[in-house]
Amino acid sequence: MTQISRRGLIKTGVAAGVLGLTGMPLRAQTRGGKLTAGLSGANTSDSWDARTHSDLFMIACAQGAVFDSLTEVAADGSLKGELAESWESDDAITWVFNLRQGVTFHNGKSFGADDVIESLQMHVGEDSKSAAKPIVENVAEMNKLGDYQVELVLKAANADFPYLMSDYHLLMYPAGQIDEAIQNGIGTGLYEAQSFDPGVRMVATRVDDHYKGDSAGFFEEIEFIAINDNTARMNALLTGQVDAINRIDFKTESLLRANPNVRIQEVTGNQHYTFPMLTNNAPFNDVNVRKALKHGINRQEMVDKILLGHGQVANDSPVGPASQYYNTEMEQLDYDPDQAKFYLREAGMDSLNIDLSASDAAFEGAVDAAQLFQASASAAGININVVQEPADGYWSNVWLKKPFCASYWSGRATEDWMFSSAYEEGVPWNDSEWGREDSERFQDLLIEGRAELDSDRRREIYFEMQQILRDEGGVLIPMFANYVEAVNVNIQTPETVGNIWQMDNARLAERWSRMA
Amino acid sequence: MQTILKIIAQRLLLGLLTLLVVSVVIFVAVNLLPGDFAESILGQSATPEAVASIRRDLGLDQPLVIRYFQWLGGIMTGDLGTSFSQLNFRSAMGGAGDTGVAEQIAPRLSNTLFLAGVSASIAVPLAVFLGILAALYRNTLFDRATNVLTLSSISSPEFFMAYILILFLAVLNPILPSLSNIYPGMSFGERLDRTLLPALTLTLVVTAHMMRMTRAAIINLLASPYIEMARLKGIKPLRVIVKHAFPNALAPIINVVALNLAYLVTGVVVVEVVFVYPGIGQLFVDAVKNRDIPVVQACCLIFAAAYILLNLTADILSILSNPRLRHPK
Repeated sequence: MTQISRRGLIKTGVAAGVLGLTGMPLRAQTRGGKLTAGLSGANTSDSWDARTHSDLFMIACAQGAVFDSLTEVAADGSLKGELAESWESDDAITWVFNLRQGVTFHNGKSFGADDVIESLQMHVGEDSKSAAKPIVENVAEMNKLGDYQVELVLKAANADFPYLMSDYHLLMYPAGQIDEAIQNGIGTGLYEAQSFDPGVRMVATRVDDHYKGDSAGFFEEIEFIAINDNTARMNALLTGQVDAINRIDFKTESLLRANPNVRIQEVTGNQHYTFPMLTNNAPFNDVNVRKALKHGINRQEMVDKILLGHGQVANDSPVGPASQYYNTEMEQLDYDPDQAKFYLREAGMDSLNIDLSASDAAFEGAVDAAQLFQASASAAGININVVQEPADGYWSNVWLKKPFCASYWSGRATEDWMFSSAYEEGVPWNDSEWGREDSERFQDLLIEGRAELDSDRRREIYFEMQQILRDEGGVLIPMFANYVEAVNVNIQTPETVGNIWQMDNARLAERWSRMA
Repeated sequence: MQTILKIIAQRLLLGLLTLLVVSVVIFVAVNLLPGDFAESILGQSATPEAVASIRRDLGLDQPLVIRYFQWLGGIMTGDLGTSFSQLNFRSAMGGAGDTGVAEQIAPRLSNTLFLAGVSASIAVPLAVFLGILAALYRNTLFDRATNVLTLSSISSPEFFMAYILILFLAVLNPILPSLSNIYPGMSFGERLDRTLLPALTLTLVVTAHMMRMTRAAIINLLASPYIEMARLKGIKPLRVIVKHAFPNALAPIINVVALNLAYLVTGVVVVEVVFVYPGIGQLFVDAVKNRDIPVVQACCLIFAAAYILLNLTADILSILSNPRLRHPK
């Protein structure tokens, strides 16, 4: 039985009135009830320490419910303030963040500039293993301008800096009590942690008086249960023990769809599966060889057979549908063995023999995908030898080491973030050794775009960069993979669901609600 | 009595020796796995510096032999070691929180023991009861039906039995929950309700073995002269079995029961994963995945100790149940 608050009832009533007038479906979200979700990506080693977060369970618990960041990516991909009310910069180097006033942590401490500085400093330091270290390392100075104003001076200009502040590692902890906050989960989020058993479950209740008011956080209580096993997760949803689950197994998706109590939710984001080649190794240093491979892969077949249709063909650019400057004007690369043969001849070869290393550690179905590639490329005289690598140690021994392998990227919210993670010369995860030798222009544009505040100019820059990668890039990106999740029909989800991360950008506790 | 105590002492010492050997085997086996904690925890984002930094923090850069003896020394003093994953996350925080393997395992082990207890209290009486009945009505339709049913349930993989039970008892007829996530603060009744499905699965898996042994041991005795004597006296078949045959068949039955109890503690990994039961099996899977060697070793030691202790108990009980062994000439 869901509880209906008086305010909620009035709201629904108003909405029903609107419904009568316009014929629009009922959309008002009302507060009440409990959300039980079965989520994967949990581990016994989980903690409230955001520096260690890497998978859905903890992201949904921390950034999605108990903690807040300075900024937040809205469901439509735009950036809005969370603990920061506004921000400004003239040169993309000096950023001033104006903080929200009157915000308190769950232990009663009020939120202010000191908390921001101390929370950011957690990520730097010699021994820091934080995945957000590169972001915070670019900050040269952190100055407190007032109780509710912070100035961050960067080492190098970055127009996307406010976007970076929405990273799920960069949560705001109470200054001076960070140890305690990590121990007990004390944040400023909509939900206050009640119990947390790593790798098992997390329970939190709605904070009564929260700065987000009635526009978010519609559940009285949330319970996230760690279910890493695909089948167990599906069973839990089918038997009504949980209201929502993430990561549907594509093979059983049609069974779920047949159940009248379950709704499938699917979004295409920036998650992409890739085959990077090290462009400083022969034969991949020859752009014609890369072009031959680009035409030797059947992208549509991969989407159909590896993703079972739950995805979209990609165009060798890592910038996807969830990005602001996603280039939709580029001509789609097609499977064309004749083209491939042509480029092979341009490279001065009749046939080409290469090894492709793959393991299902890269992505589910990577070995099958490599074999499909092998079959399609053979028509163009390219003989791919698929080397099946062990899943253990794949990221240490194969990725970045073998000249041609399978990999994946979960994608980034902004173009610059994505490019500077994997395509900037010399960065550690540059999995195609992509540098100035390959494209002087690309690296110049990367630096220019980062400091550019004018959005029209940025669009031009990022469109051109995507074009360069499509034409010459060292990473084959055949497909974007969808996020597929399932919810009970009693759970109402907004019309636009976030697509930069699973489960509405992991903010299910904040944005979803129970049908009144 | 003296001899029994001597036997117990002897067996305990041998058990310790076995544990020592097991610990070496586990240590070497775990370290032979490709990848280590640093690599598995960092995954795709492993840079050589970060890997080296974690290895240094955890002492993984030390030679294998030194690490083994450090760990063994800890065990001798009752310290099961420090969980890598907890340590890694706490290291930057100045050591707040418990990082011990023992603290991590204790709640999980008690959950597993609870599940084993529930399963055993269903499975053991059921198996013995069915075994006696099968011996009584041997070669009848009942006997054959019980045999076919229990043997087919033991022959199917555990996860298959689990899914069959989920299908019938949770999806088609929602009587029991398919999710067994128990947590502290639950009432005993709720706990039992959630534990029932995994317990039933385990019951199906272990019943056949015990039931067949009960049946075989009793039938074996039914051919002996003293049973014939009892029968000639005109005692009813059921009474012959319960009063005359069963006490003498106890020794082999106890042995099989002990073996199956040990299995209930150590063989629950699959069942726990299917039902999302927070027991030691899930912890074990997590630890292996992360190469959290101290936790893996502690779990293995517990498993090995469970086998050794239960076998010891079985031996003692069979000696006690046999007057000839109790009073050797």
